[in-house]
Amino acid sequence: MSYGGGELFGDISLKVQPGSFHFLTGPSGSGKTTFLKLGYGALLPTSGQVRLFGQEVRSLDRDGVALARRRIGVVHQDVKFLDHLSVADNVALPLTVSGRDTADQLANLDELLAWVGLRDRADALPAELSGGERQRAALARAVIMQPEVVLADEPTGNIDWEMSQRLLTLLVELNRMGTTILVATHDLNLIRAAKSHVQARVLRISNRRLQLAGADL
Amino acid sequence: MIAEASALLIGDPQADRMVPPTGFTARLTGFAAGAMAFLAVFALALSLATGRLAERWSDELGRASTIRISAPAEERAAQVEAVLRILEATPGVVSSRAIPMEEAAKLLEPWFGPDLPLDTLPVPQLVEVVEEKSGFDAQGLRLRLSAEVPGAVLDDHTRWRAPLVQAAGRLRFLGVLSILLIAATTAAMITLAAQAALAANAQVIAVLRLVGAQDSYIAKAFVRRFTLRALSGAAVGVLLGMLAVWMLPQAQEDGGFLTGLGLQGWHWLLPLFIPLLGAAVAFVATSAAARRTLRELT
Repeated sequence: MSYGGGELFGDISLKVQPGSFHFLTGPSGSGKTTFLKLGYGALLPTSGQVRLFGQEVRSLDRDGVALARRRIGVVHQDVKFLDHLSVADNVALPLTVSGRDTADQLANLDELLAWVGLRDRADALPAELSGGERQRAALARAVIMQPEVVLADEPTGNIDWEMSQRLLTLLVELNRMGTTILVATHDLNLIRAAKSHVQARVLRISNRRLQLAGADL
Repeated sequence: MIAEASALLIGDPQADRMVPPTGFTARLTGFAAGAMAFLAVFALALSLATGRLAERWSDELGRASTIRISAPAEERAAQVEAVLRILEATPGVVSSRAIPMEEAAKLLEPWFGPDLPLDTLPVPQLVEVVEEKSGFDAQGLRLRLSAEVPGAVLDDHTRWRAPLVQAAGRLRFLGVLSILLIAATTAAMITLAAQAALAANAQVIAVLRLVGAQDSYIAKAFVRRFTLRALSGAAVGVLLGMLAVWMLPQAQEDGGFLTGLGLQGWHWLLPLFIPLLGAAVAFVATSAAARRTLRELT
């Protein structure tokens, strides 16, 4: 699989089973973020195949990619919000843009904010949130559409250990509810902590190849 | 198109909130649309006034001709009588009359003053001819006059009427051209403003795409913002423009063309379409800019 000028990944084949929990690890610059971006159609491969819910991503137009993204929740390390909207409005954004911002759906918003511990921060602006709060708000936004898959790119990169644990707990809870989770992280302690709660496959990107990590994790 | 326009007017309050509320470019759009609409009112008034003028000149001058009789004083009366007789028998002539010397003196007064001794000057006798709308056969009349009254010369004003009517027609064309140029300039300015706004809101677009917004949804939010800005800006511009035109001096005989520049009668309704035209221009320009910019933003 290649992206940009040269070949980024060689001989990679990964099929993510519904309801599974995967960690993706590897050194900085190994292509974890690029791999995730390929997974939600933000980047298109110049060779090889990426299939989203069975559909070849290159066969989808922009609207097709947008519709696929409604089935995928994404959390980035450097999470971005609409700074002029409140936390509640930002979390409800996927419902708004898909025209599903009905009273019933919005009723779940309060519950969701409570689940991530941000009920009392609902009216705050994103700039007023701490790093951990931003990550939890991003997770709430990612799951409000009840997506089938959540892709998280270094979700604990900017937060302390205690907050990382809290976020991990939320991801594990989601997985128990049937959501497929794929977390890219270089934090091996997080992976170890997670493995005591959930049966997770750990994949490592190394030398342009994807390998199943050893028992040391 | 109608559905799109109504959706645009009704709008989606939630979608509207996606674009940050304040923005220099959006304010600039309102100002540019207002200034252009103000100018468009004047261009429209100019175009309509020159149209009226061309019509009036064409109509009034076209229906009046003059016969100039240069003859010795003792033959003058006979020649006038002969001319009037010929005119009576000419198809297409409604009326004719010999202009009395006192009236001729009044016509010459602006150039020569009130004490002009007409009886000592070889001033020709003038005969005014009013014709039907269909006109008369000028060539035939000239031939008859040269045969029966050699000192009489027909001036049907064609020589100097044509360039005046042509000038008025060109002014009207320039007025219409100005309106088109104003619309094109408005489109260009709004396109630039919309492109700048879209580029400045790249993060907003990235977030919206991340959460599954389709490009048509994103474009609509921007297009609505700019279209409504242009509509309201143009409405203010048109009102100010109409006020300024209303304050122009009223049409007067002495003032000539300049005092007739205002709007008249139902023409006052025409500027009210300018904001709609401005909004339509903004809609098309912003839609194109949004499509292009969203395609370029990966």
